Amino acid sequence: MKVAVIQFPGSNCDRDTLHVLRNVLGLDANLIWHNDFKDTSYDAAILPGGFSFGDHLRAGIIAAHSPATDIIRKMAEDGKPVLGICNGFQILIEAGLIPGALLRNSTLKFVCKWIDLRVESCSTAFSCSFERNSQLRMPIAHNEGRFFADDEALDRLVAEGMVVMTYAHENPTGTSRRIAAISNKDGNVVGMMPHPERASDHILGGTNGLKVFESMLEWARC
Amino acid sequence: MDQVFSVEIVISNKPQARDPEGETIERDLIHKLGFQSVKEVRSGKLLTVKVEASSEIEAKNKILLMCDDLRLYNPVAHSVNLRVRA
Repeated sequence: MKVAVIQFPGSNCDRDTLHVLRNVLGLDANLIWHNDFKDTSYDAAILPGGFSFGDHLRAGIIAAHSPATDIIRKMAEDGKPVLGICNGFQILIEAGLIPGALLRNSTLKFVCKWIDLRVESCSTAFSCSFERNSQLRMPIAHNEGRFFADDEALDRLVAEGMVVMTYAHENPTGTSRRIAAISNKDGNVVGMMPHPERASDHILGGTNGLKVFESMLEWARC
Repeated sequence: MDQVFSVEIVISNKPQARDPEGETIERDLIHKLGFQSVKEVRSGKLLTVKVEASSEIEAKNKILLMCDDLRLYNPVAHSVNLRVRA
């Protein structure tokens, strides 16, 4: 499987993600500068965390207009796995590939901690290796992670199985219905605020995040 | 003939989306320091743009189209208000 990790000016979790894909999972993975992403032969793409374009105007909005996003949109339409982590999630939301909005945390604080999550849906490209309702631990580190949609839209997301992960015991950002990760309707595009790449190697304090990437491999095999 | 108009774009959370910054300013600054008659504070983002157009209406329409096209606000959570100045 050939995986693209897209770099925007201000991405800062790109190399961590590449390390996990290449050195932990042994995949053919490459870092690609957003303006140079033209190769359509990739099987999956990951938009890493960071502060693309300085988070100006709104986190993710400027990157959402990058030419790379057109390729990502095509991959999403073709059913290929696309993961947005943290700022990558914000980019997917602003590109309209995932519904909703990510607003400033209700605490007005940048939250940086390990947190317990619950898997709500195993029907996505980045959660199919988990068991439903299982719990895992990953770090979060963000200022704009309060998922928002109106009640009707939230009911629909729950009913259609698009809520992928929720915070298990607490709600550190005031996010609607404790939502931490959301997918598109087909389940091949997932955005998550937690950082699986920071929980994929024992030296970092946990390996629960590995299953997020292993799910991508399992999804590709099905 | 085209003139240059100044347009203020105000982006703020919709009423149903909580605005913790506005709430904090209201509670911990305005009310704490005695301005109890202030009943609500909503924060937002202000962009001032200068645009060429033949009339105020055209200036406003151009900018509104741009806001929608470029998604300068997220319609799920935000509302946008425009004010035009000649």
